[in-house]
Amino acid sequence: MQNTTTSSYQRVYVWEFPVRLYHWVNAITVTILIVTGYVIGNPTTITYGNEAYQQYWFGTVRFLHFVSAFIFFFNFLVRIYWGFVGNKFAKWHNFIPLKKDQWREMVEILKVDILQTKMRGRISLGHNALAGLIYFLTFIVFLFQCITGFAMYSSMSSSPLPQLFNWVVPLMGGDFAVRQWHHMFMWFFIVFIIIHVYLVFYHDYVEGRGTTSSMVGGWKFTRKD
Amino acid sequence: MAENLTIWQTMQAKGHSRREFLKFCSFAAALAGIGSAGFPRVLRAFEKEPRPPVIWLHFQECTCCSESFIRSSHPIVADVVFDYLSLDYTETLQAAAGFQAEQCMEDTMKKFAGKYILLVEGSIPLEDDGIYCTIAGKSAVDILRETAKNAAAVIAWGSCASNGCIQGAAPNPTGATPVHDILSQPVINVPGCPPIAEVMTAVVTHILVFGKIPELDSQGRPREFYSRRVHDTCYRRPTYDAGLFVESWDDENARKGYCLYKMGCRGPVTYNACAVTRWNEGTSYPIQSGHGCLGCSENGFWDNGPFYRHLASFPGFGIETTADTIGTVVGVAAAVGVTAHAITTNIRKRKLIAEEIQNSVPESGDVEGGEE
Ligand code: HEM
Ligand code: HEM
Ligand code: SF4
Repeated sequence: MQNTTTSSYQRVYVWEFPVRLYHWVNAITVTILIVTGYVIGNPTTITYGNEAYQQYWFGTVRFLHFVSAFIFFFNFLVRIYWGFVGNKFAKWHNFIPLKKDQWREMVEILKVDILQTKMRGRISLGHNALAGLIYFLTFIVFLFQCITGFAMYSSMSSSPLPQLFNWVVPLMGGDFAVRQWHHMFMWFFIVFIIIHVYLVFYHDYVEGRGTTSSMVGGWKFTRKD
Repeated sequence: MAENLTIWQTMQAKGHSRREFLKFCSFAAALAGIGSAGFPRVLRAFEKEPRPPVIWLHFQECTCCSESFIRSSHPIVADVVFDYLSLDYTETLQAAAGFQAEQCMEDTMKKFAGKYILLVEGSIPLEDDGIYCTIAGKSAVDILRETAKNAAAVIAWGSCASNGCIQGAAPNPTGATPVHDILSQPVINVPGCPPIAEVMTAVVTHILVFGKIPELDSQGRPREFYSRRVHDTCYRRPTYDAGLFVESWDDENARKGYCLYKMGCRGPVTYNACAVTRWNEGTSYPIQSGHGCLGCSENGFWDNGPFYRHLASFPGFGIETTADTIGTVVGVAAAVGVTAHAITTNIRKRKLIAEEIQNSVPESGDVEGGEE
């Protein structure tokens, strides 16, 4: 504890612009999808016209869901692409624990997060191994939500993209089942966001290197020594 | 057994005029969705082609498909079954019984090999070697395989034959299996509990006229009738888009005929022609009568319950529990966990902050040169 005079830090450009753009477009569309999706599943009667033809709010909610869904989908594709061409922090291998080191780091992070032990040694500057794996799981859920969503959408649209997904319906045993699964996974997103946002703040504190703002400006800080 | 006459010949024998015959032809054409350009083709088929012999099998079912079929809206269309098709074997309607009946089926299969149409009503039990449904000492599955071998076309009538329906509902004690899972040849699935009479006759008419099976979707259903959801053709759809819903069976909204979505209507997930052709001579269909669609033509609709709720019960948690109940519990648990974590973190943080302040004291200049 003696010589912890102010350390000197170095700025590292971690999240390139496409990653940051992806992140916030994703955060916004997912939020809209959750809210509109929840309303689609549990609407209340809202009357502001005298006749049905004078109001269309439920149709609008569904429209918002579909517009956000398309943005969400293409945004996701951009991120996948960036996983191959982006910098080393954005590369796909951050998300899949294939190396022993990553597993070791995961155990370390679990201790820090759950047992709240002091952080020993250094953890990756980009996503830590545990976060990477969790993001990988969310990517799979993104994909699942797109598949089930577009499968449902294929019966209300003749455009080619949703039609690519209509094989899903018989596979899952009918539209009803697809809808139930799609609805159920909304809760994954809700729980993910609660924990994700909290952990970002928590790691900001334990790591002390600007985790939260990194997704805004792109910089993280690392000790020079 | 009936001789193999054409439909025109049979009608003549019954004393119908040419004019009535032509009317029948145009009605049948319209029903099968054939435009006026295709009319000569219908005429030729009904005038020249011998009536196809039909074998109609009944397995695990309630006969509601037959009941529906004989209630086709047009009187002449209803006659299709009795007079204009040569119905060689059907347990519920045939006069013959016992050995005589079985003989009749044998004869048809031999004499018209490759020509007869096989209609199957009901699911086929496969559990315990299929002993749960036997006719004349033979199991349903054996009868099906034998009759299907030389059939020109196989139609699975109703949800039982096309997706198992109630016999196939969990826990499915008899191992009830739909026809297409047993046969390797193409099967026309005409699901519904029962299917709409007009749809049934139209499918048969299509085969009569074109001599081949209608265009099917990926689930083996004729596209003509099963490509749109009930929801897309429902007359209450404007109230759905407007966000006007029935909240309980006896409320004002129900009286006004608002959308039944919140009452568990399965229209949005059900592919059928109910809202277009309607039932009982086009009189009505469930939603028009104030009751949501049950999704009776969909796979496993009995297990997609409860019927009067939008969300199904979450498996393993009792009937009242939905994905939303579970989700809320998990969500609240996560929020509580995170809050508790934040509190302990902040308590520990105070010590750390104190330490940091202590350690950064040298910078402030007060204790210059201390330990260093
Ligand atoms: C984060 C992602 C998403 C979430 C949380 C989400 C959530 C939901 C929820 C809760 C519902 C209501 C289900 C019900 O009826 O009970 C719904 C409906 C639906 N979603 Fe999504 N969704 C997401 C992404 C997508 C995507 C990518 C698509 C693709 C087009 C999509 C298409 C649909 C469709 C077509 C419906 C049915 C709407 C209707 O009733 O007409 N969703 N969604
Ligand atoms: C105010 C809310 C949010 C904040 C402050 C925030 C912040 C962050 C930060 C700082 C990271 C980088 C973490 C690291 O260093 O490992 C990150 C990553 C990520 N966040 Fe968020 N986030 C928020 C909301 C969301 C939402 C709503 C979602 C959508 C479900 C989301 C999905 C993700 C994903 C998928 C990544 C991985 C990024 C990548 O592709 O590399 N975040 N977030
Ligand atoms: S009553 Fe049913 S089918 Fe008709 S619009 Fe409402 S949800 Fe759709």
